[in-house]
This record gives sequence, C-alpha cells and structure tokens, in this order.
Amino acid sequence: MRWFWIDRFEEFVRGSRAVAIKNVSLAEEHMHDHFPGLPLMPNSLVVEGMAQTAGLLVADAIDFNRRVVLAKVAAATFHFDAQPGDSLRFEASVMDIKAAGSLMKVSSTIGDNLQGEAELFFAHLEPGEGVPTLFEPDELLTWLDHLKIFDVGKDQEGKPLVRPDWS
Amino acid sequence: MPSRDEIFEKVRAALVDALGVDEEDVTPEATMVGDLGAESIDFLDIVFRLEKAFSIKIPRGELFPEDVLSSSEFVADGKVNAAGIAELKSRMPFADLTKFEANPSVQNFANTLTVEDMVRYVESKVAG
Repeated sequence: MRWFWIDRFEEFVRGSRAVAIKNVSLAEEHMHDHFPGLPLMPNSLVVEGMAQTAGLLVADAIDFNRRVVLAKVAAATFHFDAQPGDSLRFEASVMDIKAAGSLMKVSSTIGDNLQGEAELFFAHLEPGEGVPTLFEPDELLTWLDHLKIFDVGKDQEGKPLVRPDWS
Repeated sequence: MPSRDEIFEKVRAALVDALGVDEEDVTPEATMVGDLGAESIDFLDIVFRLEKAFSIKIPRGELFPEDVLSSSEFVADGKVNAAGIAELKSRMPFADLTKFEANPSVQNFANTLTVEDMVRYVESKVAG
C-alpha cells in the first residue's frame, strides 16, 4: 500500500509552482477514529499532502536524480479543520532550490478560505545517504500519470511537460 | 557593507524563522544547539536563509566542519586532538573556541557555536 495524500494536480509549472487537489472522504479509515462522531482530517496528514505537492515539484525540478525527503516542517499554521466532503487545494511555490535541499511554501485552501500554511524544508539525498530506494521508476511514473502531471504540467516557457522514458 | 547590528538583525530573523524560537531568545551569547535547539538539519535550513538574506554562498562544511569532527586524524577517543583544534581554529576563525579547548570532546562541539559566532561568520563573508 502506498501513502497517497493528493488526488491530482491542477497546475504544475516546472521549478516554480504547483496546485494539487485532495478530496476528503468519510471512506478514509482514519476518519472513523479521528474522532468518533466528529470526523476531521488530522492536520499532520494535511502537511503530508502539502509535502507531496511540494516534494514532486522539487523532484521534477532536479530531474528526479536525488531522493527528495521532507526533512523539516519549518513552520505550520492551521486555521480550521478539514472535514469529509471538503476539497483541499494545496498550492506550493519554490522559495529556494539548491543541490543539497529546497525550501518551499505551501498553502491549503477550502473554497475561498485559507485552511493552513506551511514552510517545508526538503533534503535531496544521494543513494547511500541513509534512505532506501523510495520508488521504482515504473511505479513513480504510474503515480505521476494518476496525478495528471503530464496532462497539466508545463515548463517555464509554457511548453507541455514530456513524459520521461525511464524503461 | 552592512553594520554589525544590521547583520545581527538579519541573522536573528533567519534563526527565528528556521528554529521557531522567539526573537528575545536569540541573544549573541545563545548557543545554537544548547539554547536554541538547533538540530543538524536546521543548519542546512539556516544556511539557505543566510545565503538568501545576505546574497552570499556558504560552501558545505565551512560553517560547521563536520569532516574534522569525524576524522580519525583529528579525533581520538571521542576527543579532538591538538592537530584537530588547530584545524578547527584555522577553518573557523569566526568562532570562539576557548571553552571547547578546555574540554574538547566531540559531543561538546555542538554546544560551542553561538549566535555571535554566526554573526562574525556572516560578517567575514559579506566583507569578502
């Protein structure tokens, strides 16, 4: 089983910004216990969705040639809780990307309301720096396909992203 | 060139953002690890913020020479030897290593670096 906390991308501009949607559903098991009678999406999982949105933006920007790992939540503020039926809209933008790491800003909105904001720091690790292989190439491509990244993605000149051939 | 006070203010802002500490906790004497709770990943975050704030480049290992502390040439029985101290001094002219010299165990090193050292380091970079 994989840990998927975004459903699809709506916008994706290489090395710049991305918008992803997460539809919150009562079918998600954790909702049944968090909390009984009051199902709320834990904000720790909202952070995970933010990190997947921002992390893929980073990984694409560095050609997927390092392992992008959420190293630190530098700041996070939440204004209210997400409930079943809500659509979370994560908007990630690049503050800084360097070889060793990246600093990203991400917001989460529901409708017109700002639900949360965070600054996330990602480490870019080489094989051998303590992180196992995170994805096999074909598995990663399948995930990117599900997320519609090649349907909506553009490079900085506005040209559509080309689906890589990792076979 | 910015004044020492201007540098301190910007360093303080970077540390407040990176470490989630209160502004008043970031005093010149505060140690990065012991007082402000910085962990290893925080140093990378801080380097990013300082590079941006001052438009400088901070090569890996310059602010925190981890390679010296993990070298068998410079460390024996968990303590930095005389050659190691000399190496640290030459690599970190901005840091006050007097206290560390008195008890040079590698574990102690994390508690050596102060906010004042960071300010001196940035000062040397913007001057260069």
